Amino acid sequence: MPFDASRFRTRTGVLLITGLLFLLLLPPVSSVMNESYLVSFFSRILIYALAAVSLDLIIGYGGMVSLGHAAFFGIGAYGVGFLTFHFQESTLFIFGFEGTDNALISWPFAIVFSAALAAIIGALSLRTSGIYFIMITLAFSQMFYYLFVSLEAYGGDDGLSLWSRNRLGPLDISNDTVFYYVCLVSLLVFLFISWRLVHSRFGRVVRGTRENELRMQTLGYATYRYKLVCFTIAGAGAGLAGALLANQNEFVSPGLMHWTHSGEILVMVLLGGMGTLFGPVLGAMAFLLMEEVLAAWTEHWMVFLGPFLIIVVLFAKKGLYGLLTGERHE
Amino acid sequence: MNDYVLQVSQLQKSFGAVKATNNLSLEIERGQVHALIGPNGAGKTTLIKQLCGELIPDSGTILFNNKNITAFPMPKRALLGMGRSFQVTSVFQQLTVKENIALAVQAHHGHSFHFWKPASKEETLEQATMQAMQRCGLLARADTIASSLSHGEMRQLDVGMALAGKPELLLLDEPMAGMGSGGSLKMTELIQELKGNTSVLLIEHDMQAVFSLADRITVLVYGEAIATGTAEEIQNNPQVQRAYLGDEQDNA
Ligand SMILES: Nc1ncnc2c1ncn2[C@@H]1O[C@H](COP(=O)(O)OP(=O)(O)OP(=O)(O)O)[C@@H](O)[C@H]1O
Ligand SMILES: [Mg+2]
Repeated sequence: MPFDASRFRTRTGVLLITGLLFLLLLPPVSSVMNESYLVSFFSRILIYALAAVSLDLIIGYGGMVSLGHAAFFGIGAYGVGFLTFHFQESTLFIFGFEGTDNALISWPFAIVFSAALAAIIGALSLRTSGIYFIMITLAFSQMFYYLFVSLEAYGGDDGLSLWSRNRLGPLDISNDTVFYYVCLVSLLVFLFISWRLVHSRFGRVVRGTRENELRMQTLGYATYRYKLVCFTIAGAGAGLAGALLANQNEFVSPGLMHWTHSGEILVMVLLGGMGTLFGPVLGAMAFLLMEEVLAAWTEHWMVFLGPFLIIVVLFAKKGLYGLLTGERHE
Repeated sequence: MNDYVLQVSQLQKSFGAVKATNNLSLEIERGQVHALIGPNGAGKTTLIKQLCGELIPDSGTILFNNKNITAFPMPKRALLGMGRSFQVTSVFQQLTVKENIALAVQAHHGHSFHFWKPASKEETLEQATMQAMQRCGLLARADTIASSLSHGEMRQLDVGMALAGKPELLLLDEPMAGMGSGGSLKMTELIQELKGNTSVLLIEHDMQAVFSLADRITVLVYGEAIATGTAEEIQNNPQVQRAYLGDEQDNA
């Protein structure tokens, strides 16, 4: 038994170190191979990985199946979008604040904006559970989608174009390679925070609540509060992903908040492995790679994704991560 | 003047036409084991659910340490010192024995909004968890995933979690059900040790255990308390014999 356990741990270690090396070396290697579009493609993967990890905190660890996570992703993107737009137009944002192209202001703003919204939506949705929770989170995100479609001042349906990426201290993130590493560091930092979180007292309470909420309450936990804080932290993570995506695309649109976008992030989590921190990173990578490769072939690429997803979910309890590491437990 | 840890008066709870709790009054003296017996469907579990807050009674009051807790939410009652074990085992199946007990311990060590430090490095929690595992006899199984415990061990864990919070009042819903005689004996000893310090409301079909442990016994039939007294009084009560003990013999 101990022998097995250590072997699994070695396998996990090898996987994680290989993954990290791959991500670290991707820009130089792709420039040698003259495939520099890979850098920008993988920035997108890293950003979606960040969003998927944040969703996994609520779904995999908290047992709260939300179909509205894209709302926080989109709000984060718009947080950057609003500030950049007003900076470009030299007009005032709300409460007499000016716009800015400084990432050190607009990214934290995006994070707080998303977290605040998650706190409000969570406070209302978490009064329900199960299928009602899925429906109400979906309804909220659709509400925000339509709200942003109707914001004519910010481009409405067409979205907002940003003239350039934000300024980030001495780093020139208009350079795709620099931006790639900023995305990578953001993801690693968020993974580290999440790792501490799920192993802390707080994380233990959240996992217990997923397993058996009634028992948690009879033990003395006011579970609602813990779920709400978890939901808010996940919203903050999605907000950061949104801020990065706005910079990556130099464009934001209401489509980011559409419930199908929530569905895609959910699929990434399922594919990679719920309740594992690194699984969603694999899931985002697999999903976007499949989309890229298959979409070049046929516009009906989802037809292939469906069966693939079913196979992975049926045969690997912890998704791709479980398949690769042989781990059954977090 | 008696010192009561729990005073229930005129409690009512109906599910449609079924009166699961019917004008029920009951007192538990501090430090005593009070047994609640009655045939299947008498409303024993329903009473526990109202005491711990899973169900809110239609009317009546519940005083815990002379405080009216009738409308308190579950977690608040637990933190005031009420522990509960479940008739149908209710543990965290995917967590280890140690994590199960640790969650029970942690609930009573301040709030759990600690986001950074690994829970396993919290010394005070670790120590209390070890002690609690020792007490319920599961120390050797600390790293076993709860779902792979035997039935008896799972019952032990369920009771162990209720005990880990060091409650003033312990509500035990058939802790010995399906345990086998060895397990029942161990559980009887465990409850015996609690006497004097912890008050216990014990629901149990094992009459031998009930008569050896209980200071007082209440007999519940169709949601109504038809008698309360010592083991001897209950055994000799003709109404009880007719309504309940007689039934048992008929069934057997
Ligand atoms: N949630 C519910 N909805 C409707 N009826 C219920 C509900 N819970 C309990 N009852 C009914 O209330 C009565 C009392 O049930 P309860 O579970 O409290 O009995 P019990 O004394 O614990 O029985 P047992 O010895 O079988 O555990 C039963 O008639 C039961 O069918
Ligand atoms: Mg019962």
